[in-house]
Amino acid sequence: MALSNQRRIAGPGYLFLLPNFVGFLVFTSLPVLASLALSFFNWDLFGAPRFVGLQNFAALLRDREFWRYGFNTLFLMLAIPVNIIGSLFLAMVMNQKLRGIVVFRVIYFMPTIVAGVGTYLLWRWLYNPDYGLINAMLRVAGIEGPKWLQSITWAKPALMFMGFWTAVGGYNMILYLAALQNVPLDLYEAADIDGANRWQKFWAITWPMVSPTTFFIFTMSIIGGLQGGFEQAFVMTGGGPAGATTTISYYIYNHAFAWNHMGYAAALAWVLFAAVFVVTLLNWRFGGKVVHY
Amino acid sequence: MKKLLTYLALGFVGLFMLLPFIWMLSTSLKAAGDAFVSFDNPVKALVPREAHPENYAKVYDVTRNMGGGFARWYFNSVLVAVVVTLGQVTTSACAAYAFARLRFAGRDKLFLGYLGTMMIPGAVTMIPNFILMRKLGALDSYFALMVPTMFSAYGTFMLRQFFMGIPRDLEEAATIDGCGLFRIFTTIILPLSKPALATLTIFTFMGNWQSFYWPLIMVNRDSMKTLPLGLLSFMGLYSTQWTLLMAGSLMMILPMIIVFVLGQKWFINGIQLGAIKG
Repeated sequence: MALSNQRRIAGPGYLFLLPNFVGFLVFTSLPVLASLALSFFNWDLFGAPRFVGLQNFAALLRDREFWRYGFNTLFLMLAIPVNIIGSLFLAMVMNQKLRGIVVFRVIYFMPTIVAGVGTYLLWRWLYNPDYGLINAMLRVAGIEGPKWLQSITWAKPALMFMGFWTAVGGYNMILYLAALQNVPLDLYEAADIDGANRWQKFWAITWPMVSPTTFFIFTMSIIGGLQGGFEQAFVMTGGGPAGATTTISYYIYNHAFAWNHMGYAAALAWVLFAAVFVVTLLNWRFGGKVVHY
Repeated sequence: MKKLLTYLALGFVGLFMLLPFIWMLSTSLKAAGDAFVSFDNPVKALVPREAHPENYAKVYDVTRNMGGGFARWYFNSVLVAVVVTLGQVTTSACAAYAFARLRFAGRDKLFLGYLGTMMIPGAVTMIPNFILMRKLGALDSYFALMVPTMFSAYGTFMLRQFFMGIPRDLEEAATIDGCGLFRIFTTIILPLSKPALATLTIFTFMGNWQSFYWPLIMVNRDSMKTLPLGLLSFMGLYSTQWTLLMAGSLMMILPMIIVFVLGQKWFINGIQLGAIKG
């Protein structure tokens, strides 16, 4: 009886799952294994794949460009703390009962919504050294702006600044806003009675109370940052000038889809995966210790 | 006084957010030559000397010989985004129902597997998927653009969380009345999940509208491109026509802005639903 009952439930259960499961198997699970297998081969898509063992991974360690683009990726991630502080600050300004606050929230979120090829083209034009708005604004202050995206020095900061504009009023600000609304008001009232100033209240109450959110945002930003930088650079700089804006994900794209080095690209992708995995593990392991209140 | 300062600060940040869009609109309306003036004054740079709304029609005209051009890319984008969104929401909802309510062997392990794949970088699966589509001869097809992207671990996860929160009493009553699982799913679970479904639909649609990496790899023919790819080829051919490029970009992002402004409540809910998981 119990068995037949279970079967009756099991049948439809699998049916509901089937479409998703098949898709998941074919386009996610098997490809993950396939790319791992591929990383032990050399293959240009046309000839027969040639087994090379761990050679791709050994080559990767000696690949100067790999390290250089790894450095670029980390450099671009230096914007993460700035973006986070910006989002928290905005959320604190917005966490007040003011008329019309929704309008501001919509406006601040706008860049996040439309981020993509359209805004990358827009910023390419904004950064135009001769005719762009940014250098026109700098001229008011008597500064002749740099060549931004065409400059080895300024290309990375230019992308980081665009990233700030894109993200500062976006998801992270909304998360902070929700966190701030959950801080009990009597904590602040007690601090007022003790004569605490704003700065003290921030460090003693706000910062520790939102620390779980900060931790979540920081983690997700690191994971995103390690994999990031391809689309912007592809549209705005082509990875240049002289490779200054090529990140690991861009390098993977080049090996796989521009140069047909399928095996090497798969090895690179798995190294990236490993990095993301390590960060995720560290988070699980040490997450509890950073969060305190 | 304090209120005024707050509004000033909010307004200043708002201007920072909006200025690039104003510049986009202004450029898109300028005469071709007027875009290439070196300004020393942002106000002069931002206000077009004369308005040329025909730039918008021109985007369609000059791209027409690129496999149908902008009109075709728009059609492709709408088609792909709508079909993929419907597909993702449907497959996610069915799977989420199975994970949340039905008992079968290996259910929880499988769900953990789904969760685990959410942290795999796209580049890992992209390479074998490209090879698979190439082997099938499906590159440059709607099949390649749509079918592989119809399955979402994130959507399954989010809806499962929501379904778990629905009280079971209603379903039990329905079971006693002789309702099958499918009836329960369509008449009880789905109607009660409208907020979550609305949120997921909006998120998925927007994500697909902006999708770049996948179509970039799957299609090459101009007539198969979606808007982001089309715009990029357009830039490749007319790299100095900034008035037209900005008009095209604006037409591409406009549906996003409309969907967002209309659905912003669902959007904000969704962010909090997805991130602060129970």
